[in-house]
Amino acid sequence: MEEEREVELQVEEDSEAGRETEIPPPQLAEPGTQGIIRGRDLFGYVGIEAVLDQMRRKTMKAGFEFNIMVVGQSGLGKSTLVNTLFKSKVSRKSCTPSYEEKISRTVHLKSVSHIIEEKGVKMRLTVIDTPGFGDQINNENCWDPIVKYINEQYEKYLTEELHITRKRRIPDTRVHCCVYFLPATGHRLRPIDVEFMKRLGKIVSIVPVIAKADTLTMDERLDFKQRIRQDLQASGIRVYPQKEYDEDVEDRIRNDKIRENIPFAVVGTDKEHQVNGNKVLGRKTKWGIIEVENVAHCEFANLRDLLVRSHLQDLKDVTHYIHYETYRVRRLNESNASVSGLSALPLENGITEKYEAQSQL
Amino acid sequence: LSSVYLCLSSGVPENARPLSLSGHVGFDSLPDQLVNKSTSQGFCFNILCIGETGIGKSTLMDTLFNTNFENFESSHFEPRVKLRAQTYDLQESNVRLKLTIVNTVGFGDQMNKQESYQHVVDYIDTQFESYLQEELKIKRSLHNYHDSRIHACLYFIAPSGHSLKSLDLVTMKKLDSKVNIIPVIAKADTISKSELHKFKIKIMSELVSNGVQIYQFPTDDETVSKINTAMNGHLPFAVVGSTEEVKIGNKMVKARQYPWGVVQVENENHCDFVKLREMLICVNMEDLREQTHTRHYELYRRCKLEEMGFRDTDPESKPVSLQETYEAKRQEFLQELQRREEEMRQTFVQRVKEKEAELKEAERELQGKFEQLKRLHMEEKSKLDEKRKSLEDEMSSFSKKKAAAELLQGQAFTANSNLKKDKDRKK
Repeated sequence: MEEEREVELQVEEDSEAGRETEIPPPQLAEPGTQGIIRGRDLFGYVGIEAVLDQMRRKTMKAGFEFNIMVVGQSGLGKSTLVNTLFKSKVSRKSCTPSYEEKISRTVHLKSVSHIIEEKGVKMRLTVIDTPGFGDQINNENCWDPIVKYINEQYEKYLTEELHITRKRRIPDTRVHCCVYFLPATGHRLRPIDVEFMKRLGKIVSIVPVIAKADTLTMDERLDFKQRIRQDLQASGIRVYPQKEYDEDVEDRIRNDKIRENIPFAVVGTDKEHQVNGNKVLGRKTKWGIIEVENVAHCEFANLRDLLVRSHLQDLKDVTHYIHYETYRVRRLNESNASVSGLSALPLENGITEKYEAQSQL
Repeated sequence: LSSVYLCLSSGVPENARPLSLSGHVGFDSLPDQLVNKSTSQGFCFNILCIGETGIGKSTLMDTLFNTNFENFESSHFEPRVKLRAQTYDLQESNVRLKLTIVNTVGFGDQMNKQESYQHVVDYIDTQFESYLQEELKIKRSLHNYHDSRIHACLYFIAPSGHSLKSLDLVTMKKLDSKVNIIPVIAKADTISKSELHKFKIKIMSELVSNGVQIYQFPTDDETVSKINTAMNGHLPFAVVGSTEEVKIGNKMVKARQYPWGVVQVENENHCDFVKLREMLICVNMEDLREQTHTRHYELYRRCKLEEMGFRDTDPESKPVSLQETYEAKRQEFLQELQRREEEMRQTFVQRVKEKEAELKEAERELQGKFEQLKRLHMEEKSKLDEKRKSLEDEMSSFSKKKAAAELLQGQAFTANSNLKKDKDRKK
């Protein structure tokens, strides 16, 4: 009788420190011999590097998607900030809401998509706005519509993923990042902030920012940030970048620097002024011009770098590999329970359970 | 690495307005962010080499990747086709590649080659299956999954100069919907240039007339369409493999030395090795991986799931009420399970009964034996008792007799001594 031996792969430790990689062995149809050449440098030119360019070309051709949600009370400058971030009129600012408009009972979610292009890189940017959040007198459960929306997007993706004939590229409408605007009170987190971030921190990556930070002096800002960080830790709220998802030492160092600085104190504007002969984005006041992109004035540039220039792909990855997977696990377990009559949540074609069960039979 | 596949969006989608930017935002670094992530995770590439024993598969792999994989020559007497997979971690500058090379062992050696292709097909399906299982798990880790699906299949054609063998045609036809096939003419230094040209044309026309779909280098991307179109016309590549080096001029080049000359592997006039390397690695590696994932794997998945009875819509093309289908399937399944359980229980009960009967039988036997032995024993005992009794009787009668005899003797003695006394008195 022939025995099946499994290929065991060694993992290079130095470059993957801190990350758990369990690599299931490839299945062999027949017993095979295994050979492992560890990190051997090739004796001559092969051309493997070219795969990086190939990948770059392909992704540029296909384009990217990014969905960002902004949450906060009205008047905190959400739309302005998004416009400043993406240097275009992505969100339409709501003009002073009339008396009738202000009495909307629920939080409406509005999502607007645009295609922006920079140096050949096409991106489909979707901004999801949440007018009405925190505006009512009774704000209990104002996060429910938001949670519902986020879960709906996960559900859509899951359904498509479980189809028999599925699209070549599944359209991704999941919320990759939720920017939460804190009013610059200078004190601490308010109950609504804590409740919201506690609930949403579990299903989406939250980036808290201090809005309209030009009302705080440097010292006040530092104190405020520290208190917020304390409050976040005390309530067990995990904001992006989460410590647990750091992949290796480099990541941790980079992200620790960011974690020491959140929440970023931002100022947004789309007006330009002349400062020292240069045109800069800024807010002109009687006592001076607040330069938005000047790190000495506010932390807008840090936020932009985090969201766009360095961590955009990481935000998407965390959403896909962690938040979405968590949702999927929960949902599939629910649907297994539902068929025994416990709840009324029908799921997709019931593939997963049947498949697992069949393969055990 | 699924991260690449899933980030790609569907081109220019509906209901999204294009917008112009008034300044530099900075998301042009996105491809770099993506590439950096992939670089740190490493890439996976799996090549399957199909060809007769001794046709030069291992040597070509060595030459292609400029390294010496552990190979050994296989015998020609394998009873059936086997597949041997070996995985290597290669590194070039900062790119790490996890390369798996799967070789067929004993392909084309058997007398009866009817089953040869089946083993290859089974292997490929097994890799798809394990990916599918991982994807359908509830708790899955696709991020870290070692992708073992075959991305490219190099089919080695023997350099007969005539045409394809029927084994080649049959095998390639079975594989063309499962894997990207790149046919190569092996040991191309045995064919002359003119013969080679005719041979290539013949092979391609045979493939076309038999409906075999080999992998076409993609021509939709302008940067590479020109070179890919040109290369498509050179298929199948006539290759020569060698890891030995020969000095030509003042350089050491990979070559094969013959008494009549030196065949240089990397000389494009001598063979198409450089073209193969370009196409397989430098230009289209990513496309091969993508095709495997989005076309071949999806096809497998769809067929497998349909086979199991899952549908997106029912026969009237209405979206099936998912709950119903699932319920029905589940009931079926549970019933089957119950039936089997019953069967097994019945068999078990039956067996137990039988065993019990046997044991009872044995017990009875033993009991019978015991009774018998006891009886025998009793008989012996009573016999012995009798004997003892008779012995005792004898003994008592004997002792009586003895006592009587002694008495007589005593009387006789006293009678004698009386007589003696009388005699003495008379004197």
